[in-house]
Parts: sequence; C-alpha cells; structure tokens
Amino acid sequence: MHNFFFGIYPYIALGVGIMGSIARYERDPFTWKSSSSQLLRRKQLVIGSVLFHVGVLFIFLGHLFGLLVPHQIYEAIGIHAEAKQLLAAVAGGIAGVAAIAGGIMLAQRRLSDPRIRATSSFWDTTILLMLIAQLALGLISVPYSIATAEHGEVIKFMEWAQGVFIFQPDVAEHIIDVPLIYKLHIVLGLTIFLVFPFTRLVHILSGFAAPFRYFFTRTGYQIVRSRRQAPRNPAE
Amino acid sequence: MKIRAQIGMVLNLDKCIGCHTCSVTCKNVWTSRDGVEYAWFNNVETKPGTGYPTDWENQSRWNGGWTRTKSGKLQPKQGAKWRILANIFGNPDLPEIDDYYEPFDFDYDHLKSAPEGKAFPTARPRSKITGERIEKIEKGPNWEEILGGEFEKRSQDYNFEGIQKQIYGEYENTFMMYLPRLCEHCLNPACAASCPSGAIYKREEDGIVLIDQEKCRGWRMCVSGCPYKKVYYNWSTGKSEKCTLCYPRIESGNPTVCSETCVGRIRYLGVMLYDADKIEEAANAAEEMDLYDAQLGVFLDPNDPEVIKEALKQGIPQDWLKAAKESPIWKMAMEWKVAFPLHPEYRTLPMVWYIPPLSPIQNAAEAGAIGTDGAMPDVKNLRIPLRYLANMLTAGDEAPVAQALERMLAMRAYMRSKSVEGVVDEGLAARVGLSGRMIEDMYKIMALADYEDRFVIPTTHREQVEEAYDLRGGCGFTDGNGCSTGMSKGSLFGGAKKPLKMPEEVRG
Repeated sequence: MHNFFFGIYPYIALGVGIMGSIARYERDPFTWKSSSSQLLRRKQLVIGSVLFHVGVLFIFLGHLFGLLVPHQIYEAIGIHAEAKQLLAAVAGGIAGVAAIAGGIMLAQRRLSDPRIRATSSFWDTTILLMLIAQLALGLISVPYSIATAEHGEVIKFMEWAQGVFIFQPDVAEHIIDVPLIYKLHIVLGLTIFLVFPFTRLVHILSGFAAPFRYFFTRTGYQIVRSRRQAPRNPAE
Repeated sequence: MKIRAQIGMVLNLDKCIGCHTCSVTCKNVWTSRDGVEYAWFNNVETKPGTGYPTDWENQSRWNGGWTRTKSGKLQPKQGAKWRILANIFGNPDLPEIDDYYEPFDFDYDHLKSAPEGKAFPTARPRSKITGERIEKIEKGPNWEEILGGEFEKRSQDYNFEGIQKQIYGEYENTFMMYLPRLCEHCLNPACAASCPSGAIYKREEDGIVLIDQEKCRGWRMCVSGCPYKKVYYNWSTGKSEKCTLCYPRIESGNPTVCSETCVGRIRYLGVMLYDADKIEEAANAAEEMDLYDAQLGVFLDPNDPEVIKEALKQGIPQDWLKAAKESPIWKMAMEWKVAFPLHPEYRTLPMVWYIPPLSPIQNAAEAGAIGTDGAMPDVKNLRIPLRYLANMLTAGDEAPVAQALERMLAMRAYMRSKSVEGVVDEGLAARVGLSGRMIEDMYKIMALADYEDRFVIPTTHREQVEEAYDLRGGCGFTDGNGCSTGMSKGSLFGGAKKPLKMPEEVRG
C-alpha cells in the first residue's frame, strides 16, 4: 500500500498530468482557458483571487525549489536541514494563510452566489475544494513541522521527490516513517497533478507562458497576421 | 512606406432611423448562443444617453484605449505590459455583466398553458444565467431608447463635456440622435495590444481585427482595453468574442449583415489604403484635437500614381486598387470630409466612421429670427449642439464638423435649386469649398445611396494563399478544432459548461 502511493502513484499522476495536458493542448485547444467568472460577479473575486493566486504561486515555487534542488546546494550556501525546514514552514505558512483565506472567499462565492453556482461545472467546484483541502493539510502540518525541525524530515521529502525523478527503486522507503499528515498531503497533491489536464488548472501553464509571449516574442503591442505570406506548401 | 488595405465603414447618422434592424440581424447570425446573450456586436444607442454598457465612453472610469504618457510614449490606458500582467488574477477595469444587463427570457409558455383564472396570464422574466425569476428588469440592451429615463441620468453622457447641459433637459430644447455602434476594426487596436496571449490580431489583407478562439485564454484584458467596449467575454465558453465584420461575407465581396439589412441604407463599405509605418506616430499625436487630422495623414491617395506603383509592388491586388479608387469611404472621409472617426481621442485610429446628423432648426417658431445665411441656415442654429457632435467625432474640434454639416446643407440647397427651380447654383457649392460636380456625386452616393455605390468590396484572393485542390472535402467553416464544433458535450476536457436548464412550469 505504502509502496503504491509513494512508489507507483507518483508516476501515474505525473504521467497522466503531462500526457493529458499535451493531448488537450493538441486536440482541444478551444477548451484551454482560465474560465474566469469575474464578468458575472465581481464582488469578492478580485481580492479573493489575488490572495489565492499569489499565495498558491509562492507555495508552488517554494515546493518546487525546496524539493527538487539537491540538498548539497543548500549545504553549500550554508542552509542546513533544520534552518530549511523552519524557513519552509514559516514562509510557506504565511503564504498558505493568504492562499487559504483567498480560497475560502472564492469557494464561498462559488457555492453561494446563484450566478456562479449555476454556471460552475463539476470540476470548477471540485478542484477548488481539493486545493483548499490541500492548503489546509499543509497548514496543519506547519506547527508540527516547526516543533520537530531537528528531525530533518525535510531531507526525507527531498530524497523521495528527487528519487522519483531519477527513477530510484524503492523510492517510497525514504518516507516510510513520516507522520500521516504529510502522507495525506502528498497523496492529495499527486491527485491534483492527476486531474490537472481535465480541469481549468491548465490555465496555470498559460499563465506561466503569458509573460514570455507578451514580453519576449512580441516586441511591440500589435499583431498583424498575413495570409499572403503563408507557406504554399500543401502539407501545411 | 508599408501599404496595406482595409475595409472601412461609414455610417450616415443623418439617415439613421433607429430601427435596430442591424442589431437584430447581427444578433441572429452571431450572438444567439449561450454566454453571449448579453453581447451585441452591433447595437444602436439613443444619444444623449450613457449607452451600452452604461457609461462606456467615460475612460476615466474604464481605462480603455491608449494614453500618451508624460514622457510622450504611447501605451494602453490600463497600463503598460507589466501592469496588465500584474492584473491578471483580477482585472480592476472589467465591467460586470450588470453594466451591460443581465440577460433574460420570458415564460412564454405560461401564456398558453396557464389554467383558467381571474387574471389574464402574463409572461414573466427569468434570468438566462441562473434560470431564476427576475422580479424587475433593471436594464436592457437599449435602455434609453428614444430618450427613455430621466434627463438627470442620460445627461451623464460624456459628450456633454464643456456644454451647459441643463437647458437640453427642457422639453423645448431637447434633442436626440441615434448612434449605431460596432467594432471599429482600429488601425491601432487597444484590445490586441492588451492581450497577453497574443490571440487578437489584425489581418493584413483587409484590416479585420479577430480573436483566435484557440489562443484566447480568457485573461479578459481586451474587454477592458477596448474603449468602445466592443469585445465581449463569453461567460459560457470562457473566451472573448467580438464583431468579425462578417469576414466570410466580406471575403466573398458581400457587405456585412448589418450593412446588407440596413433599412435606411446608411451604411457604406469600401477600401482604404493606409501607410502602416505612420500608425504609431499618428496615434501618438501630442494634442487630442490633432488626432483626427493625424489619422487622415495615414491614408494614402488611391489615385496617386506613386501610391499605385508602390502598392502593386507590395502585393496589393489590382482589383483592390480599383476598389480603393471607387471607395465611398475615401470620398466621404477624404474628398468631401463629411465623415469622422468615433472618439479619435482614444488613439485607436478607428475605421468605422460617422457622418454627423443634421437636425431641425432651433426655435423654428421664431422663423424670422433664423440666421439663414443666404439660402442655407446657419449650422449653429441646429438643434443638436455642434460641440456635442464634436466631442463625439473630433475630440472637441468644432470646425470640421461645422464644415461637414454646411456641406450637407449645401447639397440639399443645391439639389433643391437644381430640381425644383432648374437653376444650377455653382456659387452655393463654391461657398462650401466644393464644385457642382462634387455635390452631384455626393448626392448620388449619400442621398440616393444605390447598393453598388454603398458597397464597393473586392473579393479576397484566396488563390494566393491556398491550393483549392487540397481543400476539397474539407469541413468548411468551423468553430475551431478542425472539424469539431468545439462544443462537444461529453468532452473529457470539460468542453461546454453545464447547459442551463430553464425551469419548467409544473402542470396540475
């Protein structure tokens, strides 16, 4: 069981997440969107959405670097495991509170506003609740994480995450003895990757792409498309 | 010199009767779908009024269009690129659907299915978003029709800028006009500039501005970027949509649906040649009042042999150059100077232009007191204040609008003299800077307005861009996704939102 969730499930979740996203982008680009509901109800959205997005982005990048940058690099710049765990818990905790506050505002709006409720799809509501649950699990683990910083659990998670990416056999062994709260957090997190391509979450990728498109591949403001310059290659 | 051609439009407001045929035919063709019930790619507003969406012209509220910064740089009024990206999680300048109106339908079925009762059955409204009962409809697509509502509210109209407006609230002094509006297919579109995904583009061949539905990600910056509020967010598909200038019709040489069906024959379509290299400089003119002239400077004379030579060299087809010479848009905008851009101060260089309306003479009862200025009344005595029209069409510069109105009055006087008295009065024409021949041409195009004179639309040269042989057996016109409609019901990727099921009446 443990081996399934932490040794096999990561590959299923990431595989479906990546392949599904590619398939959706290729096959159904019309459905690729942020699905904003701001037009229908502005109230509570702007503040809730900004808190939620900024908080989640911060946490996401924190996890990404925290888990995937090899521990030696942290040691080299003088950040030891204990300090790292404290830093992660405190900074992540603050961002987490902002994100969950925003998330609850968004969920309250989505569930109670007649316009938003009527126009929400199953996944619009479900994914929001999943993210809030994930934030809650993360936040619950924060006090525990601060109290037990000297155990160096952060190292176990790094070794596990990096092990997954280098296809280490028995990778689940790294985290066999961590408390249940962390395990739940990881399983739900992987599930979010699993459902990613089937929900509005795909707009995250567009969000990361937008600055590149807007600033670097576009020098001015305007875009002109010409059909005359289109290649006359019949394969096109 | 980078020569491009654009299909432009002129609307002769002097002849608009406010029948909304344009709006309704457009709606039936383009926006009778879920998510855009509230959207009118074409709508007709009664002016003075705050319009649709309410107060759209007030850019200090919506931050649409462009602004010239203190350092003389041109940038979207809602902010430079980094500012727009920073607002991506919540757009502070986005209107809410209530600023347009909450779409509604009526329980028509109740009219025939109601049980026998004391009161006559009525069809009560329901929201098209939630399906819930709406007790009182607060707003509709044309809420101020024929001066509906109090003057207090209507006079919030932005075009009253610099006018002592109180007297126009009095019954004796009131005035009105119609303003049909659609996407301006600007030379410097602010919607395209605001799109972080790069989904909005201008077509090089005919200047039509379109939204790539497969690239749109629903960031909504175009809705706030467009100062005319003519980009609409489809709340069902999560994509923005706008007027397409009926490009499938234009490509085959047919007028747009709104133009084709215009009862008053007020709409004109034709080719304008312009120099794309001059756009930025023109849009960045230091003074707002110079913007109208600056835009005239972007257009190229289709009769100039140099322009023709260069245009052919740059690949503009011969029949497009011929159409440019016969273009009613060129004649009205450039030769006779009777048509003007809508709100040039937004710096978008719009390409749907308007001929200002004549209006009855103020204080007509005191007939003796009217300044007739020879055979023509003085335009300052017209009921619609000159300043009002100037605020709408020339960023407040009254002189060009006055000249246009004088020319239209001169046309009437000249033709009346010619057909009633049989006298050709060249002096009348000369007084407004025209010749008798030009006035007769004006009369033919503006007053008689035959179909062929109104619509001079060359067809697209598809043979230059695709092999017809490869297209056989294709699926024709689709909504993206190849031959899929893009609205597949059971899509794994959450295609369509949950379809709205209107509650049905329980029958006893």
